[in-house]
Amino acid sequence: MTNSWTDIKNTDLVIIMGGNAAEAHPCGFKWVTEAKANRGAKLIVVDPRYNRSAAVADFYAPIRQGSDIAFLLGVINQCIQNDKVQWDYVKAFTNATYLVKDGFAYSDGLFTGYDESKRDYNRDEWEYQIGEDGYVLTDDTLTNPRCVWNLLKQHVAVYTPEMVERICGTPKDKFLKVAQMMGECSAPDKVMTSMYALGWTQHSKGAQNIRCMAMIQLILGNVGMRGGGVNALRGHSNIQGLTDIGLMSNLIPGYLNIPTDKETDFATYMSTRAFKPLRPNQMSYWQNYKKFFVSFMKSMYGPAATPENDWAYDYLPKLDVSGYDVLRAFEMMKQGKMNLYFCQGFNPLQAFPNKAKLAEALGKLKLLVIMDPLETETARFWEDHGVFNKADPSAVKTEVIQLPTTCFAEDEGALVNSGRWLQWHWAAGTPPGEAKHDAWIMAQIHLRLKELYRTEGGTFPDPIVNLNWPYADPGEPTPEELAKEMNGSALVDVFDPNDPTKKVLEAGKQLSGFGQMRDDGTTAGGCWIFSGSWTEAGNMMARRDNSDPGDTGAFLKWSFAWPANRRILYNRASCDLDGKPWDSSRKLIEWDGAKWSGYDVPDIAPTANPRDVGPFIMNPEGSGRLFVRKMMRDGPFPAHYEPFESPVANVVAPKVRGNPVARVFPDDWKQFADIGDPAFPYAGTSYRLTEHFHYWTKNNHVNAVLQPEQFVEISEELAKEKGITLGGWVRVWSKRGEIYAKAVVTKRIKPMTIDGKTVHIVGVPIHWGFVGAARKGFPANVLTPFVGDANIETPEFKAFMVNIEPSTGPVA
Amino acid sequence: MFPPIPNPTLPPPEPKFGEKDIMRRSASNVTPPAERLTEVAKLIDVTKCIGCKACQAACLEWNNLTEEVGFNHGVYENPMDLTPDTFTLMRFTEWVNPETENLEWLIRKDGCMHCEDPGCLKACPSPGAIVQYSNGIVDFQHENCIGCGYCIKGCPFDIPRISKVDHTAYKCTLCSDRVAVGQGPACQKACPTQAIVFGTKDEMKDWADFRIKDLKSRGFENAGLYDPQGVGGTHVMYVLHHADKPSIYAGLPDNPRISPIVETWKGVTKYLGLAVMGFAAAAGALHYFVAGPNKVTEEDEENAEKLTEGKAPPPPADPTQSQGHAP
Amino acid sequence: MNMELSRRAFLRTSGAGLAGTTLGAMGFGEAEAATAAYIKPFHLANTTETRNTCTYCSVACGIIIYSKGDLKKGEKAEIVHIEGDADHPTNRGTLCPKGAALRDIVHSAQRLQYPMLRKAGSDSFERISWDVALDKIARAMKDDRDANFIAKNADGTTVNRWLSTGFLAASATTNETAFATYKVVRSTGMLAFDNQARV
Repeated sequence: MTNSWTDIKNTDLVIIMGGNAAEAHPCGFKWVTEAKANRGAKLIVVDPRYNRSAAVADFYAPIRQGSDIAFLLGVINQCIQNDKVQWDYVKAFTNATYLVKDGFAYSDGLFTGYDESKRDYNRDEWEYQIGEDGYVLTDDTLTNPRCVWNLLKQHVAVYTPEMVERICGTPKDKFLKVAQMMGECSAPDKVMTSMYALGWTQHSKGAQNIRCMAMIQLILGNVGMRGGGVNALRGHSNIQGLTDIGLMSNLIPGYLNIPTDKETDFATYMSTRAFKPLRPNQMSYWQNYKKFFVSFMKSMYGPAATPENDWAYDYLPKLDVSGYDVLRAFEMMKQGKMNLYFCQGFNPLQAFPNKAKLAEALGKLKLLVIMDPLETETARFWEDHGVFNKADPSAVKTEVIQLPTTCFAEDEGALVNSGRWLQWHWAAGTPPGEAKHDAWIMAQIHLRLKELYRTEGGTFPDPIVNLNWPYADPGEPTPEELAKEMNGSALVDVFDPNDPTKKVLEAGKQLSGFGQMRDDGTTAGGCWIFSGSWTEAGNMMARRDNSDPGDTGAFLKWSFAWPANRRILYNRASCDLDGKPWDSSRKLIEWDGAKWSGYDVPDIAPTANPRDVGPFIMNPEGSGRLFVRKMMRDGPFPAHYEPFESPVANVVAPKVRGNPVARVFPDDWKQFADIGDPAFPYAGTSYRLTEHFHYWTKNNHVNAVLQPEQFVEISEELAKEKGITLGGWVRVWSKRGEIYAKAVVTKRIKPMTIDGKTVHIVGVPIHWGFVGAARKGFPANVLTPFVGDANIETPEFKAFMVNIEPSTGPVA
Repeated sequence: MFPPIPNPTLPPPEPKFGEKDIMRRSASNVTPPAERLTEVAKLIDVTKCIGCKACQAACLEWNNLTEEVGFNHGVYENPMDLTPDTFTLMRFTEWVNPETENLEWLIRKDGCMHCEDPGCLKACPSPGAIVQYSNGIVDFQHENCIGCGYCIKGCPFDIPRISKVDHTAYKCTLCSDRVAVGQGPACQKACPTQAIVFGTKDEMKDWADFRIKDLKSRGFENAGLYDPQGVGGTHVMYVLHHADKPSIYAGLPDNPRISPIVETWKGVTKYLGLAVMGFAAAAGALHYFVAGPNKVTEEDEENAEKLTEGKAPPPPADPTQSQGHAP
Repeated sequence: MNMELSRRAFLRTSGAGLAGTTLGAMGFGEAEAATAAYIKPFHLANTTETRNTCTYCSVACGIIIYSKGDLKKGEKAEIVHIEGDADHPTNRGTLCPKGAALRDIVHSAQRLQYPMLRKAGSDSFERISWDVALDKIARAMKDDRDANFIAKNADGTTVNRWLSTGFLAASATTNETAFATYKVVRSTGMLAFDNQARV
């Protein structure tokens, strides 16, 4: 989230699209109902189903799953056509005026530089025109045809209301009503917020769905505003934290990157991370990259990270591909290239696409290690459960070690919520049986491995035996020790760079923030964005003062928010060019002629003159990007692409199948239904129900009572056509597998007309499996295709093709 | 935002009401307390409800109830009806508004309404099995319950259910144990959107007015409060977008009232009254005192049925009927 | 941290609505002392309160866990109830149907109790000790890493990666656990390292 849950109360218009906040985040959704009750805010829901959020919406518009980009570019088109643009904001705070290289173009669904054999672009032309002074050329009059604004205008022109209806199935009048309501928020005193989740991310072009909304929010001038922003609702309780700490193939904590093969040494690695400002006077905060990187390496390798060895640069693995994400890992596993696999609180047999492929892959491992508080299907993938999980245990040679871990109630530490709040919690209960904390398990594994390398030697033991492990009890680092380590501390006395006689930090003291980090090895800090969370003043994450001066929803003294306890990102953009709030009733911060101050921690240097420094300080431009340069693999502007399995061909680019640069493994292509395949005529989508959390709460008797048995949802029209009765059994199958479920026949799903063709929707809730308190069922991933988003490999769970028929139910 | 009730203090204060505040007691004569407690109420704003069932979960947890894991019957309700372990239940209705032709998903939390004039209590033949406190809470006292089921028949909302385990009647207590120490009911505390709020009845009416104004501004001209006077008003009230048509909300009675027969059957005159009216039910009732609760005959049931009229149709047993209450 | 103080502050600033419930307004003045025979006793009376955060979604609702016994005093603590924390700015005491049933996930019949091993070709798990489990894991890691570690790529560049072992990290563990996990996993050169952010 750019903003926070409590900030939503400040909005005038909530658009829930690509999510279902009432269903999946009920207690956060409270702030929508508050905005409605206290400000007269309106709620729009755009979704294939009339869902629980729609039940309390002011306006609902249906949309076919996987067509959001066409809808949203249609909205941008309407904003441009009807002059619903916050012009002062767009001209000053976005790259609308920037000139783009002459080589950049778009036609027939493809941008310049496409190489079909590589399914990739050469992105060199997706760049600004740079002047002799090294800065971007601009045209403040917006008349140059090469300026971003004019290129955008041209790019979205095809997405007329008629085209939106043709692609999305949204009736034109409903689309126009939504566009009009959104467009009204271009007024400086009207603000819209966007709430989205997996409904946007789980597509082969998920990241571009979100780009669309970011662009709309820039055009409407709603980024940085109270009640505005682009708000990812996020899923699991600490998935924000796990991502912040970089537990991903290509990340180092704080959104730094693992080097690639091409970055043969530290100097080369740093050469592309200098991030020189692209406009005069800009801050370009990533110029501090080296400070964060070196501090991380000091935290990781302590005395073994030295200037001489480039801070142990070679201890880091180098990537030869963009990343070894879960999909790639399972593909490798299936090919026999993976021997050991660890699942920590994770049930991938249910959570990733194409269950049959996943089970086959797991069966090729030598050893699978499970750490979990609960039984999982993954731990028992080898167990025969008849139709629910066909297996022959004697044929599965994989050894499985299942380790019992504590759960939230038995552990202490911090979780990061969607609004980037780090909230500390305390242990309350004694763990069951021999269950252990995950940190204990990880420490035990490390110590044993280190001991083996010490005694036996082996391949490149250096990063293991030199791993900085400064804990009082090496067998179990405490939450306090680890939290302090992430915050960072001074390793020696640190002096002011401008005045070497002035000591700014004493050796051993906690840093007060990442501003104190150094690139000379004198500070350590595991995760720079968390710096400030445990300072000399104590554990900031444990703060529980819920006062809220000005009733802004900021709650600055409650817990700690990264970065720097800032609650609304880009909040400098809540003020005009002179530093005065666009809307005085929504004051967040303000420039008093000398400095910035207000209800939130300013997202700008405290003394940065508003006329000089742009609000988007992480970008070298200082501005928000309507044109995203070469930073996304599938285009600097979003474009409509159909899902890989789709009822119709791409109307705007008939020759393009799916996202043209999404990675597809050869065997998986064969398991995709053809476009418009009559064997799989219905548009399937998977989703969550409010009564359950993923595959966890089927282990909870109460939640099993509230929603006991698997079902799929279909329209009354499709039920009639197929002879399916309410509450009767159906079989649903895709090219990858079949499930049996009860039929919920509902008025909340309606057939849609897509490009002149009737398309029925089959909704598949995800929560069932073969272990737990709820009735046995099938996870939705039996049906879904093994393909991910072109940029970040989020699986395409939201749009796939199936068939359905009445059934007598599963025969076990 | 309606200010949340502060977390409980531990140890809790002494219970703030009890036996001395009993205003009515089934099949008994009580001297009403000289001073009535401030009336409390739970307000359920159907228009803010997202049907998440947090209220159901919280109710099961707080009251340590174990409901069976059921089946899916093609609808979102689970279980399909109130049970001795499910005191509250979300009921879902897909209703197409004939005026706008828009689909509306009406979701109502069903459960005891805590009537000011409680039909269950009045129909109950067992002394002290049902009591009403002067704050409005109607509570069952299981050690006095004989499991005859008259309370169900007497209830215009069809709420109580008889346990097959201990053969006594169960329903929502309005969390009297929580209210007694200054907490709100468990369902109210959990409700994510504050569709359920709790306070004095006057506060709840004011809050309802505030909500109804907002709804009218959004085009719900018939938005209003459901506090049916046929039962003297209730201590559980609804805000409805279509207060002119309560029955579209999964059969909420348009005009609930207790049968006049039950009405005339009061206090110690109950048995006499019954005898005079010539109902065989009196004999039936006496039979339970002697023989215990396990021998409810069909005849007794029928007799009990005759005691009441004008109550809501029970929720449909056939799941296919609960989907649409469309006209 | 002063809970009472913060609660008062909270109520002060949140009183913007029309109505305000106070215990006094419900008519429960101190003079109302009464017998409790008819009302069930408040069953949290002799429990310990602990502040925690709901384990499910990222709204991160504040919760209070009530237990018999106090971990901080070194006692065995059994969780008897979990309820929303009314002091929490986001959820203000409310919980969803999952959060409201948290107690039953803590006590789920499917909670794992002991380290278990399923041998190749076996149709069941058998109980093993922590030492056996951890030694076996470390041995398997070392053997696989030594056999398959890639120190240099075809161009002779130092790449120091280990691709034949992978690690999927959790989504509900703490930052602190995550950081310990990061250090241990990354130090081995593993690249097939991922989390649950996408699903």
